[in-house]
Amino acid sequence: MIHQWMLNKVGVKNQAAENGKEAVQIHCSGQGFDLILMDKEMPLMNGIEATKELRSMGICSKIVGVSSHSEEKQIQEFMEAGLDDYLVKPLNMAKLRSILDNIM
Amino acid sequence: MLGLGADLLWADMNRLLAFLFHQGVLDEQFLQLQQLQDETSPNFVSEVVNIYFHESEKLLRNLRGLLMEREFSDYKKMGIHLNQLMGSSSSIGAKRVTNVCLAFRAATDHNNRSGCLRALEMLEHEYCYLKNKLHELFQIEQQRVLAAGVRYPVQNN
Repeated sequence: MIHQWMLNKVGVKNQAAENGKEAVQIHCSGQGFDLILMDKEMPLMNGIEATKELRSMGICSKIVGVSSHSEEKQIQEFMEAGLDDYLVKPLNMAKLRSILDNIM
Repeated sequence: MLGLGADLLWADMNRLLAFLFHQGVLDEQFLQLQQLQDETSPNFVSEVVNIYFHESEKLLRNLRGLLMEREFSDYKKMGIHLNQLMGSSSSIGAKRVTNVCLAFRAATDHNNRSGCLRALEMLEHEYCYLKNKLHELFQIEQQRVLAAGVRYPVQNN
């Protein structure tokens, strides 16, 4: 909810998924996104599994992983799933703007 | 005399916030939340925090349930609940709760059951404290909004 409000605040149209499985299903329905903020810890299908799935589907959107983990091993595991970038929680406006600036 | 009550309550709110920051209960991420609140979403902070409370209590129950199992061994599952709690706590600026989650996570990484139990006790204590203090803050805010809405009749002589 916080991330959605942050995105709304900077005028970015967005859609939230409750879990990785829903994120994959949204893409299966044909919707496309310039940016995916992928939480690592999600029920049903976590961020690593969802990222692998999306990449195997040929999704080329920028995927930025978000997690409370800051250990290199954990970050590497997530990056190897197919991320373009990784942010440690908490997300703030400055971190979000830096990601958005890279896409614009 | 207009708004005097509201001014005093505003001062109370700021004092309580300063105290919570000074004690390390909250950090600057809470300010980020406040900055997202505006006239179009005047209750944003309390709404987000109430969702956080609801989700956190579920996670705390799950953690306690796991640790109380006779043959408990699923540290991975515990880690998943903890990571969720840690992520959401850091997102609302609950600094002390986040720090205790970190210590708890270290205990799960070492499969240290007694360490996990101690960390859980501390986590429940910190969470309770945070909840009480934030409820106090929101109560003062509500009173301030009501007081700011009170207007004394203007006397025309």
